Amino acid sequence: MQRTKKSYLSETVARLKPSGIRRFFDLASSMEGVISLGVGEPDFVTSWNIREACILSLEQGYTSYTANAGLLELRQEIAAYLARKFHIEYDPETEILVTVGASQAIDLALRATVNPGDEVIVVEPSFVAYESLVTLAGGVPVPVETNGDDHFKLRADQIERVITDRTKALIICSPNNPTGTVLHKEELEAIAQIAKKHDLLIISDEIYAELTYDDSYISFAAVDGMRERTILISGFSKGFAMTGWRLGFTAAPAEILQAMLKIHQYAMMCAPTMVQYGAIEALRNGEQDVEYMRKSYRRRRNYFVQSLNEIGLSCHMPGGAFYAFPSIQSTGLTSEQFAEKLLLEEKVAVVPGNVFGASGEGYIRCSYASSMEQLQEAIKRMKRFLDRL
Amino acid sequence: MKLTEKEIEIIEILEKDARIPIETLAKMVSLSVKETEAIMKKLEEMKVIVQYAALVDWRKVDGHEGVTAMIDVKVTPKRGVGFDEVAERIYRFPEVKSVYLMSGAYDLSVVIEGRSMSEVAQFVSEKLSTLDSVISTTTHFILKKYKHDGTVFDQGDQDRRIVMAP
Ligand SMILES: Cc1ncc(COP(=O)(O)O)c(C=O)c1O
Repeated sequence: MQRTKKSYLSETVARLKPSGIRRFFDLASSMEGVISLGVGEPDFVTSWNIREACILSLEQGYTSYTANAGLLELRQEIAAYLARKFHIEYDPETEILVTVGASQAIDLALRATVNPGDEVIVVEPSFVAYESLVTLAGGVPVPVETNGDDHFKLRADQIERVITDRTKALIICSPNNPTGTVLHKEELEAIAQIAKKHDLLIISDEIYAELTYDDSYISFAAVDGMRERTILISGFSKGFAMTGWRLGFTAAPAEILQAMLKIHQYAMMCAPTMVQYGAIEALRNGEQDVEYMRKSYRRRRNYFVQSLNEIGLSCHMPGGAFYAFPSIQSTGLTSEQFAEKLLLEEKVAVVPGNVFGASGEGYIRCSYASSMEQLQEAIKRMKRFLDRL
Repeated sequence: MKLTEKEIEIIEILEKDARIPIETLAKMVSLSVKETEAIMKKLEEMKVIVQYAALVDWRKVDGHEGVTAMIDVKVTPKRGVGFDEVAERIYRFPEVKSVYLMSGAYDLSVVIEGRSMSEVAQFVSEKLSTLDSVISTTTHFILKKYKHDGTVFDQGDQDRRIVMAP
């Protein structure tokens, strides 16, 4: 009797969408001379003093596991950093966890808190991982679409509209990937009201906190009454130009953090040791380099966003991160068509907005973490492309 | 003098790339081209921006390799003018690229560029060491320039990132 072969895959994984960035990656990688605005990472190489600290730790033979939660010395530095920069106090012994990138911290936050069928609100356009990580944790992602005409601000009433009995948590990301939108004090406070009213957990992805250009940054955990219900997620990738190091951290009230630590100790043991030594140096002596990079991104943002508007791609001024998210609606093309045509005809790689959720359709994500020469050339090519359409 | 944030920003950008198109520069600091031009003009007039220079790697140009030497000079300071008078006598020589007053084992650090070693040697023995206040000189020839004024020569600064990433 013929039996259909069983699948070895979990149904959840089988149903998971592959990342929309992948298709463009394959296409762009096969071409020569591409200007890439498709990357979500700094174009700076990690500062030498940080690399040096990592090398030194290897020379000194620090090659064994650290504590599950990370080197205490590093957690102390993280606590001091959060207090200094964002005015929030965390206990390094029980409320801070060093993770393998902010990515792992997001995963842990969801797995530690979501019950099967719990709904987690994801603000779109959003970082590509949230929805899938919610699904993998057994939760149900509930998108809330923000609006380009409103600078992709998350409005409290939008959240309230999708809240049900099963709503457990809300993931917010400010500055946002892909829109660059930063939520300001009043907006955060309005969201905080809703969170309190409906007893929501907030997963606050603050990986771009170091990269805000117009106002000083307010951490969601620092908003009145939010610390007790917020899992703060951050890391070294963006602000310190350390994407390849795979190092992040999370801070949360002890009960939640200890639950995350439980998963972490079984799944990961600890973050890589030498990388943690690099991170200690980053927090102790990295401030000036971060400031230098931030300044440099700010200038490029100013140049790039104004130029986009001038060539006819209307774009709001993003307050943070290093993405411009211009509308391409005037061209009549879908974001996928636009990105593909632009890549094939002018060899400029951008990410189509629909990759970040339905409300990203009609937009493209351009990273301006590239040299000024590259940005100027990209604008030239994009103008040529638009003039031809 | 006290400069505005925008003025300082313009200086920082120009210091790295003096040839940046003014339209680009203006956008980077969110000013109009006219405003940017006015600021540049003011900075030039005030001698905050002293010169727009090119950093050249002469080793790459046949017949122009040249020789650079750093010379430690001990001098006797003069009553009333200290080191300034002798420093001025030295920096007026066209061969001299820079002169610094130093703390430590010697007084003036003098950088000389010449076409050949013997040209530099001749300058030191005939012009520099014969000055009245000069007590002694120690000449160090530069064998290779790795980094100059913050710029690394021959740095492979290609983008190491993959083309698309989250
Ligand atoms: C919003 C957001 N969160 C998290 C991450 C992942 O950061 P990490 O490199 O620390 O895992 C990214 C990377 O692109 C991001 O854009």
